[in-house]
Amino acid sequence: MTAAQDPAGHRTAERGPIDTQTKRRLIVAVADTVVAHFEELTALDASIGDGDHGHNMKRGFEAILQDLDALSAMDLPELLKAVGTKLVMKVGGASGPLYGTLFLALGKELPAEPTRREAAAAFASAVAAVRARGKSEAGQKTMLDVLIPVAEALASGGDLAALKRTATIAAEATVPMRATRGRASFLGERSIGHMDPGARSSSLMIAAFCDEWGA
Amino acid sequence: MANVGIVIVSHSPKVAEGAADMVRQMVGDEVPLAWAGGNPTGGLGTSFEAITDAIHRAWSDAGVAILVDLGGAETNSEMAIEMLPEDKRGRVVVCNAPIVEGAVIAATESSGGASLDTVRSTAEELSP
Repeated sequence: MTAAQDPAGHRTAERGPIDTQTKRRLIVAVADTVVAHFEELTALDASIGDGDHGHNMKRGFEAILQDLDALSAMDLPELLKAVGTKLVMKVGGASGPLYGTLFLALGKELPAEPTRREAAAAFASAVAAVRARGKSEAGQKTMLDVLIPVAEALASGGDLAALKRTATIAAEATVPMRATRGRASFLGERSIGHMDPGARSSSLMIAAFCDEWGA
Repeated sequence: MANVGIVIVSHSPKVAEGAADMVRQMVGDEVPLAWAGGNPTGGLGTSFEAITDAIHRAWSDAGVAILVDLGGAETNSEMAIEMLPEDKRGRVVVCNAPIVEGAVIAATESSGGASLDTVRSTAEELSP
C-alpha cells in the first residue's frame, strides 16, 4: 500500500489500493459498532416503530463478520456487493433492502481503487438508489436524513472529521421531525421527540468508518 | 390460458397463512398461490429469501400479483422482483391494496382468467 500521510499523520484521501488488512479493519469496525449498539437501536425503534431494528441489524452484521476472511480478500466492488447481498438476505424488515441497496449500489459504482472524487460520486449514486428503493426524500425522518447531508459533505470536500460530525448532527436533527415515511409515520405527531433509528444506525456506521479510516 | 399467481406477504406467518386459507376457500386449487411471513429467523418481519421463494412457487406465465401488509413487506417484495431473472421480472407486480381483501379479490379475478393488469387494478380499487 502506498498510503500518503498528511502532516497530522492521517492518511490522505488520495491513496493506493486498499489492502486486505485495511478492508478487514473497516468491516470489523462498522459491524462491531452496529452489533454493540443493537439494544440502543431497538429501544429507539420501540419508541416509534416495531422495535426490531437493532436485532435485525445485529443479525445482518453478525452474518457479515462470519464471512470476514472471504470478504476481506475481495476487491472493493465485489466486497461491497457481497455485503449488500448479505444484508438483503439476513436483515429482514425494510432496513434490509434499504441498506442492501446502499451497499449494492456502492459496489456497482465504485472502481477497485477509487479517488476521492469517484468515492463522492459513487456515494451520491448509492444514496439516490436508497431514495428510489424507499420512495422517500429528505425531511421524512428516515436514514436519508443522515445519508443525504453526508453525501453533500463528501461532495463538497469535507474531511473525515467533518463527515462524522455531519452524520452525528444530522441524526440528532431527526429528533424534532415528524415522520412521514416508514412505520413511525403511523404515529403522526407522536413521532416527534425521538431520534429515528435508521438515521441513528446510519450515523453510527459512518462514524465508525471515519474513525477507522482515519486511524 | 394460465391463471395469474397470487403471493401473500405479511410480517406475521399467521396472517399470511390465514389470508391464503381464505383465498383457497374462494378459488380452490386453480390459482397458483403461495405465502411468505416472518423474518429470516421466523419472528415477526419479512424475508427477501422467503418472498423470492414464494414468487417461484406461485409462478405462472400469466404473471404473479403480490399482496403485502406493511412497509418492509413492500420494500422486500420490490427488491425480490428486481432480483428475479430478466424474463420473469416484468411479470410480477406489488398491488397497492389491503392484504386480505386484496388477496381474495385478486384471486377471484385470476380464477376467471383475468390478465395481470386486470387482477392488479381490481385489487387496487379497494384502496381509498
